[in-house]
This record gives sequence, C-alpha cells and structure tokens, in this order.
Amino acid sequence: MSARDDVFVAGVGMHPWGKWGRSFVSYGVAAARAALADAGLTWSDVQYCVGGETVRNGYPGYVAGATFAQALGWNGARVATSYAACATGAQALDTARTRILAGLCDVALVVGADTTPKGFLAPNAGDRPDDADWLRFRVLGATNPAYFGLYARRRIDLHGATVEDFAAVKVKNSRHGLANPNARYRKAVTAEEVLASPVVADPLHLLDICATSDGGAAVVLVSSGFARARGLVSASASVRLRAVSTVTPTFPKTIVDLPDIATDSTVAVSPPEVGFRGAIARAAYEEAGVGPEDLSLAEVYDLSTALELDWYEDIGLCKVGEAEQLVRGGETSLGGRIPVNPSGGLACFGEAVPAQALAQVCEVTWQLRGEASGRQVEGAAVGLTANQGLFGHGSAVILTR
Amino acid sequence: MGTSVPAIEGWFTTDPEPALLGTRCRVCGTAFFPRETTLCRNPHCNGTDDELAEVRLPRTGRVWSYTDARYQPPPPYIPRTDPYEPFALAAVELDHEGMVVLGQVADGFGCDDLSIGAPMELVIEPLYVSDDGSTTYTTWKWRPLGAGSSPEVAR
Repeated sequence: MSARDDVFVAGVGMHPWGKWGRSFVSYGVAAARAALADAGLTWSDVQYCVGGETVRNGYPGYVAGATFAQALGWNGARVATSYAACATGAQALDTARTRILAGLCDVALVVGADTTPKGFLAPNAGDRPDDADWLRFRVLGATNPAYFGLYARRRIDLHGATVEDFAAVKVKNSRHGLANPNARYRKAVTAEEVLASPVVADPLHLLDICATSDGGAAVVLVSSGFARARGLVSASASVRLRAVSTVTPTFPKTIVDLPDIATDSTVAVSPPEVGFRGAIARAAYEEAGVGPEDLSLAEVYDLSTALELDWYEDIGLCKVGEAEQLVRGGETSLGGRIPVNPSGGLACFGEAVPAQALAQVCEVTWQLRGEASGRQVEGAAVGLTANQGLFGHGSAVILTR
Repeated sequence: MGTSVPAIEGWFTTDPEPALLGTRCRVCGTAFFPRETTLCRNPHCNGTDDELAEVRLPRTGRVWSYTDARYQPPPPYIPRTDPYEPFALAAVELDHEGMVVLGQVADGFGCDDLSIGAPMELVIEPLYVSDDGSTTYTTWKWRPLGAGSSPEVAR
C-alpha cells in the first residue's frame, strides 16, 4: 500500500464500565464529551460522527450515529453507523479515518456504548430458523462460553496448558485493572478463587469468562493538516493511528467460530497458512509497517482467560504452543517483556460490545501518552489492539507515538 | 409413547444408520453443512444452485474439541428436564470431509468420556419434549464409537 498521511488520535474518553442500568445513550454522550474535552475541541468542531451499533437497544441502537448526534445536539455533522459485532468500534474507527484520509473531513468523532442484559448473551426474541445465531442456541444449546470451552480444551490437550495457566491470566489482568478508574472490577483475584469458582463450560470456570457490562467509549480523530494547524502534533495528543485491520476470514475457515455450527470443508481447497485471528493481526502489521517485535503493549480480547493465550500466538508474541510459557514467566505482566491487557482487559471490564474495541484504543492512547496512571507501560511507543467477533468480524488497530 | 420428530427439518436422516444431510458442489466437490443452496461458497468455484446436490455426510469422525454446558442455556434453547441437567458438546471432524461439526454428546456421556482425536459416531436422540409430553423433538448427537447403544427414544 502506498505511503499516506497519518491520522491523529486527538482525544479519547470513556464512561466507566459497570451495570448501571441506564440508557446506552447516556454512556455514549458522556464518553463523547470526555473525548472532545481531551482533544480540546467542541462538538461543533465535529464534521463526521460514527456510532457503533448496539443490537440490544432497539431503533436508537440501530441508528447509533444519529442517536448520539441528536443527543449531543444536532450540529449538521454527517453521520454513519457501523456494526461488526465485537469489532464494531474498530470498523467505526476505520470508517472515520477513511473519510479523513479521503480529504472529505478533518474532525471525526467515533462513539460506541451499550446497555447489556444479565447473564448469557442470547439472540433477540422471535423464531428465526434461518439465523445461525438462533439455531446454535435452539439446536445445540451452544452459548458463547461453550465455544470458549472448546478452544480452551484444545490448549490443554494439544499444548499442555493447565487450568492453573488460565487462572494465571485472570490473576494478572485483575492486578492490572486495580488502578483503572474505568474498570468495573477492581479487585485482586487469586488463582485459588478462580479454580474455586463454578465450572461453566469445561474446562473454564466462572472467573475465566468475562462478564457483560454497560459502558461507553469515544475517540476523536483528526487529519494531519488539522493537527498541525492546531498545534496538536508535538503536544501530548500526538498519537498516530497507523493501521486498522478489519479483514474477513479466508476460505476454508477451519475453526468453529461463534455462531457457526460447522466449519468449511477442506476437501477442495487447502486451509490458509494463517488462521483468521492471525490474519487480522498480520494485516494490521503490514499496514503499519511494524512487527510484533516492535510492540510495547497489546490489548487483546480476553473473552476467556484461555483465549488471551491464543491471542499471544495470533499476534505473533510467540510460536504456537508457547503462550503458557509467556504467562508463567510473567512476560505479559506489567513490568514484563510485553505487557498484555495493562487496562485489566475484559477480565476487569466485562464486554460492552460496540464500545469495547474503542475502549482498547482509548487504553493504548493513554499508554502511549504516558497517562495510564497506576498501570503505565514504561516508554510505551507502539501498541496493538485485537479482537474477534461473530459473523466473520474481527479487528486489530495499531497506534504509535 | 408419543411421536418423535426432528427438531429441525431436513438436517439429518433418522434411519438406523443416521447421517447429517448437507449439500455438495458438483463442480469442486466441497460439501456444506448446514446445507448451502444458493451458491458454492468456495471463492475459487463458480458453482451455482443447480450444482449443489443433497449429500449424506459421513456419520463418523474424530473429536476436534469438547466442552459442556453446566448452566441452562437461555432461550431459544428449550431445556429437556426440570431441573436442568448439564450436557456435553463435541466438535467432531468428519471422516474424509475436512469439516468440523458441533453437536451435543449422546445421553450418558460427558467430558470424561472424550479426548481429542477419539473416534465418534452420529446418533439421533431427544433434544426436548413438547409441554404435553406427546412429541419428542430429536437432533443429531455425537457418541463415542463402539460405546454401544444409549437410552433410545428417537426411533
């Protein structure tokens, strides 16, 4: 891809994660105002507003871009709404940066927020026998944790992982999140507590699996010309958005991903050399012109503790089968070689789907600015976010100082 | 005994040697489950709906991974018993097809009976029963190969 101008992250903001029980709109606008204040800009400066769609909150959620724009007070900005399951925030970010790179606007606001129900995430009501997400519940009783259990079991049987390794990821992330003011859970958890919690989907315990949360996150992106004109380039706001990968899988996809009932057949075409999660990260590295060895930190989607270990391999921190060694050696803890989830990750936040990929970007931004109080990765210069969601969605974002 | 009907129509046979029903592209040979009837999804193939023919998929395979459901899944799952009884799930790679298919594990078997790579066979068993008890809805499940018959209500 040809060299191009940078897009700058001028401001980030979040509404704390929790189970607040209010409208998602209130979290979104709180995050948006925080991000605008962080950027030193006002809502009237925003020319383009992209909302991350939430599918659980009716029409206001389906038209999130317009919902947030109306709640902030119509200002004439153009709007868009993105849906990409767990990658929703990154897809929204990609939409905004692309419009900036096309020269069609200078200031874009990206907002994601959610209000989630208690318990297992489940399909919306109604009989929909043509909908894979409905079918996997009706015909199989396969919840999200069931899929996480399948992946975790493979780590145990193929790579020698133990339930103690999985618990170590929770212990690490719970410590990382202790001082994070936006985290929902700020309590140190011991391995004994993880292993004493009930098994949900063998071999995973309740404390291995992330909760669902309410929360909101927002990012203000600006063009390089605007950043220079406003003197943002040399200031603390000089965080560059270097890559946004939203690649889809390559046929044949050989992992049973949510909400699939079966994989693609490999009879006619051999599987790709790199699996879907690996391809998500690879595309981001190629776009940014950096590699895993350049990373100062990573925020990855620990829907389960075991899945965080899969990500270590998928984003290239180690070879396949070696992730357990990283966590055992403390290499992915704060102070280690490559801290992963310094924010505390989903273990401390719980998932607020359309906000989560943006929350990852907020954390990396604070880390790159040296503002991640109580959880700072010293000298952070390059950060990567990664996640995977339903229906062939996933994303990785790379930010640099 | 009441009647026994598939919980989902056209996805599997209920004969003594039951099998999943998918489709296979006559052009490239790729099989699909659940059935694909619109276009062949191999991006290198231009097979159309005319080329997608129904196929009985291999009824044996090997465990790719497994887990269980200790808590009652939310609707649209319909629990079979009250109180809820956990069940196991297995992802099984079908022989010769290079395709992994998820299924509940047959009655009477749990995670302790499974290991990755172990051979499995497909059986048809109850998924849930209608409120008045008159109709048993059945589905495909995976059973360790050679484990013999489990309690059979389906046929």
